[in-house]
Amino acid sequence: MIKRDDALHVLREFVNKDDLVVAVYQTCFDWLVIYPRDLNYVSVGAMGQASSHALGLAIGSPNRQIIVLDGDGSLLMNLGSLVTIGEIQPARFLHLVFENGVYEVNGDHPISGQGRVNFVSIAKSAGYCSAYSFEKLTDFKSQIPRLLNSKGPIMGVIKIVPGTKYPADYEYIHSHEARRKFREALNRAV
Amino acid sequence: MNDENFVKLSGSGIIAELKKARVQVVAAVPDIVTSDGLLWPISRSSDFRLIRVCKEDEGVSICAALSYTGTRALVLMQQTGLLDSLNSIRAIAMEYQQPVCMMIGLQGKNPTEKIVDAENYGVRIVKPILQLMGLKTVTIENEKDISKIAASISYAYEFEQPVCFLLGSPPGADRDEYD
Repeated sequence: MIKRDDALHVLREFVNKDDLVVAVYQTCFDWLVIYPRDLNYVSVGAMGQASSHALGLAIGSPNRQIIVLDGDGSLLMNLGSLVTIGEIQPARFLHLVFENGVYEVNGDHPISGQGRVNFVSIAKSAGYCSAYSFEKLTDFKSQIPRLLNSKGPIMGVIKIVPGTKYPADYEYIHSHEARRKFREALNRAV
Repeated sequence: MNDENFVKLSGSGIIAELKKARVQVVAAVPDIVTSDGLLWPISRSSDFRLIRVCKEDEGVSICAALSYTGTRALVLMQQTGLLDSLNSIRAIAMEYQQPVCMMIGLQGKNPTEKIVDAENYGVRIVKPILQLMGLKTVTIENEKDISKIAASISYAYEFEQPVCFLLGSPPGADRDEYD
């Protein structure tokens, strides 16, 4: 198992300044501390919607690398989005699923299908070009360049445990300021 | 409204308004009310990119995200999908003040009755729910109403607020005009 913040610290090394990062819940809170940047898209509004927001960004900004930091519980609420993404085939689309098997910010209750559901298989059958699972940080780190350089959509499932938890700043992720900063940064010349 | 006042909506007229509003992307779940007059023609038109979503709230998120990129979009769905997506609309369209534009086919509505007076419960509750949410609705029941669509969409993008078009009858398919 990989500590979530360890995975995010490793990922940070590979995120370019123009990449769009869509993040949810605790992964989002951790990421905002580990790599605060204006091109973090944090206002997904409703649980499960990260992948759909990311698809919208991918359609509107096809030259940008999109990186989704999703949760397993969140993704289960919008599994159909995988099929939609598989249909659209955004080429620069990396969908990372942080799988801890629980609804962590909602009391650590187990997700339905905990330990059985296979997101790699689901993503492949939904039309993702490829999908991989990682249980060791060294494996994840060594494969990130491949994940980012292969034609998307690509899924990486990271088996995680919490690690260091950063403050849950709900006020910021729902704020007008977060959306304004993202919009302004996106529309600056690349 | 009685039978004499019932006007069949022009599908090509609605599509012309979408083009006039510079809508480039349509996210849709099929709806029998809008199938022939809107969704099939849009699917064949090179003026639109059609995203066939599995569930309507995907469309809400896709359209909201597209607005950041300067791409205008529309979610085309049935009122059942609208009702199923209310939490996403509440958060993304209303609380975040995003220009999410939605066009709703009202399955079960008799074209000769007003939406708020519809015999069908699932139709009758739609407008009051949207009004309670503070979501701007535009009822489309005749050619004059159709002519409001482009301006309403442009207003939504200019002032960053959602808009919901409620179709009073099934738009007609007049294929020659858009093929």
